[in-house]
Amino acid sequence: MNLFAEAFAWLFAPERFVGADSLQVRIGEHLFYTFVSVLVAAVIAVPLGYLIGHTGKGREIAVGVSGAARALPSFGLILLLVLLIGVTQKPLAAFIAFVLLAIPSILAGAYSGLEAIDRRVIDSARAVGMTEWQILWKVEIPLGLPLLIGGLRSAALQVVATVTLAAYIGLGGVGLYIISGLALRRFDQMLGAAIVIVVLALVIDGLFAIVQRLIVPRGVAAGRDSDSRTKPVRPRAVAESSAHQ
Amino acid sequence: MNWIGNNLDLIAQLSVQHIRLSIPPILLGFVISLPLGWLAYRFKLTRGLLLTVAGLLFTIPSLALFVLLPPILGIAYTSEANVTIALTIYAVAIMSRSVADALGSVDPAIRQSATAVGYGSWRRFWAVEFPLAGPVILAGLRVTAVSTISLVTVGILIGVQSLGYLFTNGFQRRIVVEILAGVVMVVVIALVVDYLLVLLGRVLMPWTAKQKLVRPQLERLAAQAGGAS
Repeated sequence: MNLFAEAFAWLFAPERFVGADSLQVRIGEHLFYTFVSVLVAAVIAVPLGYLIGHTGKGREIAVGVSGAARALPSFGLILLLVLLIGVTQKPLAAFIAFVLLAIPSILAGAYSGLEAIDRRVIDSARAVGMTEWQILWKVEIPLGLPLLIGGLRSAALQVVATVTLAAYIGLGGVGLYIISGLALRRFDQMLGAAIVIVVLALVIDGLFAIVQRLIVPRGVAAGRDSDSRTKPVRPRAVAESSAHQ
Repeated sequence: MNWIGNNLDLIAQLSVQHIRLSIPPILLGFVISLPLGWLAYRFKLTRGLLLTVAGLLFTIPSLALFVLLPPILGIAYTSEANVTIALTIYAVAIMSRSVADALGSVDPAIRQSATAVGYGSWRRFWAVEFPLAGPVILAGLRVTAVSTISLVTVGILIGVQSLGYLFTNGFQRRIVVEILAGVVMVVVIALVVDYLLVLLGRVLMPWTAKQKLVRPQLERLAAQAGGAS
């Protein structure tokens, strides 16, 4: 436990907060890479996911892509892209890797959000005369939001973790303290940085959890099943979101 | 391409080492998750607690976990135990949730019927609930296996050998093919193990070929997984 005391001593040392290698700069880099990558990935994956979810076409491909992407080692992908795109353009290569890694979760969140909706709800919307566009905007997207946010949440956490690894190519971020600490055998620095990264991930996860709660449409929240154990065998959007705590 | 021809031995040796490192976390994760998942499914109090803890553990980035565990457990950074324990934690985090979901997906009417014809809770679990929960548990196991195999590579940063060696070595020597070989081998191993698990599922649960009910759960797992890396 002594090492933890040293880690906190490192973490709260005055010099940690000054200069180009200060903690706030590294955290800023980490958040910047995460935020921009998830944003770009969302711009690509959300419309695509909605298209798949609304039309029901191409879902086999989407399922296959998300499955295969999970097998892809993110660390290897970053290094591969850096060498392919050019060592001089590390940030670009890393960004592409982050975006590629974030897309499958967001895609899955977008289309499974639409797919989890009870078909009868959509049929009713069509029956009362809504156009396809209205069905998408007024029925499917609001009901699918909790799962979409869930997908963004996984993607953000995945990118936070991957940005940590990208410190190996000298990208910055909080992971840089760990990578340089490994070489210097500075265990206090490594542990202190690991604690910061964990806190960072937990805060991001917590924020998404809050958004996920707030975003459930009022009508859905009211009719929510209180005991998730006895949820229907074929879960709807309602049961999905209540099980996701 | 020359590099691959000259280094087949190295690739094979690292692949074996990679598989050897991947198996214990997957098996341990499965074994530990069964009772935990059951607890999460059975009692409301433990459900909230277990699923929250599992969710939080799963958010911890792998490199941070590799750095955090040694001082807590008193093991060496570079030990294989470090990687094995960290990946077991992730496996439990994924699997205990899918076991809980799987048990929850069993039709309550079937559970009641089993009780009605005289099954005790122990026998009902193993003879009725566990087999019926099988497809969803298998889906969780597949996610666990694939992500574990992919995560083993991160161990190279703390000095634990695996196919990840091809990444760092290839990067330092600027050999694209070497990194590519590592990435491809990891994906191939993951897909082969995934396929073997599907086959195992077909052998152990022959009725699942016709069953379509697991789809929503399967996709939800797919949507949730992928946090840690």
